[in-house]
Amino acid sequence: MEPLQIAEKIKEAFPEEVADVSQFRDQVSAHLRKDRILDICRYLHDAPEMDFDYLVDLCGVDYLGKKTPRFEVVYHLYSMAQKHFIRLRAQVPEEDPAVSSVVAVWKGADWHERECFDMMGIRFEGHPDLRRILLPEDWVGYPLRKDYPVQGYSGEDDWSGYREVVEKSKKLKEFEWGK
Amino acid sequence: MGEIEKDTLGNYDGGSNGDGKNLSTQEITLNMGPQHPATHGVLRLVLELDGETVTKCTPYVGYLHRGVEKLGENRTYLSALPLTDRLDYISSMANNVGYVNAVEKLFGIEAPERAKYIRTMMAEMTRISSHIIWVATHALDIGAMTVFLYSFREREWLLDLFEMACGARLTVSYPRIGGVRNDISQHFLDSLYEFVKEFPRRISEYETLIDQNRIWLKRTKGIGVISAKEAINWGLTGATLRGSGVNYDVRKAFPYEVYDKMEFDVPLGTEGDVYDRYRCRMEELRQSNRIIKQCIEQMPTGPILAPDAAKFVLPPKENLFRNMEPLIHHFVLLTKGPLTAPAGEIYCGSEVPKGELGFYIVSDGTGKPYRMRVRAPSFVHASVLPRLCEGGLLADVIANIGTIDIVLGECDR
Repeated sequence: MEPLQIAEKIKEAFPEEVADVSQFRDQVSAHLRKDRILDICRYLHDAPEMDFDYLVDLCGVDYLGKKTPRFEVVYHLYSMAQKHFIRLRAQVPEEDPAVSSVVAVWKGADWHERECFDMMGIRFEGHPDLRRILLPEDWVGYPLRKDYPVQGYSGEDDWSGYREVVEKSKKLKEFEWGK
Repeated sequence: MGEIEKDTLGNYDGGSNGDGKNLSTQEITLNMGPQHPATHGVLRLVLELDGETVTKCTPYVGYLHRGVEKLGENRTYLSALPLTDRLDYISSMANNVGYVNAVEKLFGIEAPERAKYIRTMMAEMTRISSHIIWVATHALDIGAMTVFLYSFREREWLLDLFEMACGARLTVSYPRIGGVRNDISQHFLDSLYEFVKEFPRRISEYETLIDQNRIWLKRTKGIGVISAKEAINWGLTGATLRGSGVNYDVRKAFPYEVYDKMEFDVPLGTEGDVYDRYRCRMEELRQSNRIIKQCIEQMPTGPILAPDAAKFVLPPKENLFRNMEPLIHHFVLLTKGPLTAPAGEIYCGSEVPKGELGFYIVSDGTGKPYRMRVRAPSFVHASVLPRLCEGGLLADVIANIGTIDIVLGECDR
């Protein structure tokens, strides 16, 4: 099936959920509202004419200051039998960055979702084991967010987590040796 | 029957009469790695064992995390290229090719024919050098030591050829957006042809060592079995998937470079066990050899950079010192990046030795990628380890780590 047709089909099945369909260089994205993402994924996986059995990739994108809602979770799907490809972009708001987990549909989503949680701070509801994966478990902050600092000290607009550490170290100064 | 004795920990010691009837077992937790020669890098597994049977396996990754995705967002398209070398560091050329393909697709430019042939050839050389490392270490883990020495002989040969082509052996950064860095010589092609002629004989050599080896068969047949349907559901790719009999190869499904002009087969397994995956990779060595041979034979003449590649490729260094324009050009390219980026998003997968390496690049129209996502096959493959190991024996954990063919540099990014 052509990717645009697939997008149309999703629109037919879930008219409320599809916000937009965009195309860039023969790749089609369906922009979705996040509430029924699990239903949509289940439909795409189970419907015989869709048969998206392979979750190619799952990742988050932070559109800070460019778009509201701020986050997007991007799913790339491919069907081994039908040989078609589609991209889903689920919109996730900043206030409550949470979206349903699709591990029940594709087991391969497990670590991708954990990574997305680790790097973007998006929670996947219903995930069997949502922990940090690449970073240590006591890490503060979500590095792939756009407001996470890339390099050291920059004064006023410092990252809040770093400011806290600096203030704490100032407080602890009184316990230093030789005072 | 006498009274059962307890040891100092309060465990039953098996009874005093020694018939073993009152033997009780206790589950133990075993930490394996992150520094363990059989984990192919810094993979850490926490295994719960009931005797020798693994009841639970929890992988911990991230020890080699360098934030490649975040770094990529803060570099220009050009200077993000060396980052991809360091993903799967034993097949850097294939990663480079995957990355430049994604960027070329985003910018809508096309490399000239000769460059495409060179890149295809290099990618296949990488596949061979990666697969022979794989067979070497995998066999070494399971206990067949000789293969290691044999296959490193050929890898050395290939690395010398890489050096001849581009001056680097490991982290090559040879492809460029819109072509390749420098042209290859006839001498290089002749030397490579020597290799291609000789290599099939060498593959048979490896196979004589282990193919019929009874210990090898016992250690690999029926171990780590995963069905086709399940393998797809887990998102496995590459030979790890094809060992289960699924005919999915990015080179065939989404042909890039000149793979559509090449004649090659996609070897498939039937059982989905360690042995079938091993057979797939050995066959892939032959197919890669075939592709390289075709590339050499069909190698066209012509330019190696696309006409509009000047926007992406740094000008020759010697021009910098004499003319102002190349100097400005050089400066802008390294600080701002190519100024013609279209706003859009692209996913581009490529078949690297480990599986499907995908780049998802979101561009906002500036010279740096807004988001550079790396879909790493090793990451996905490592996630399937609990599924393969649980219920099996401790010794088979080693076979399973080997068979999914992971490199932790790529897994952790």
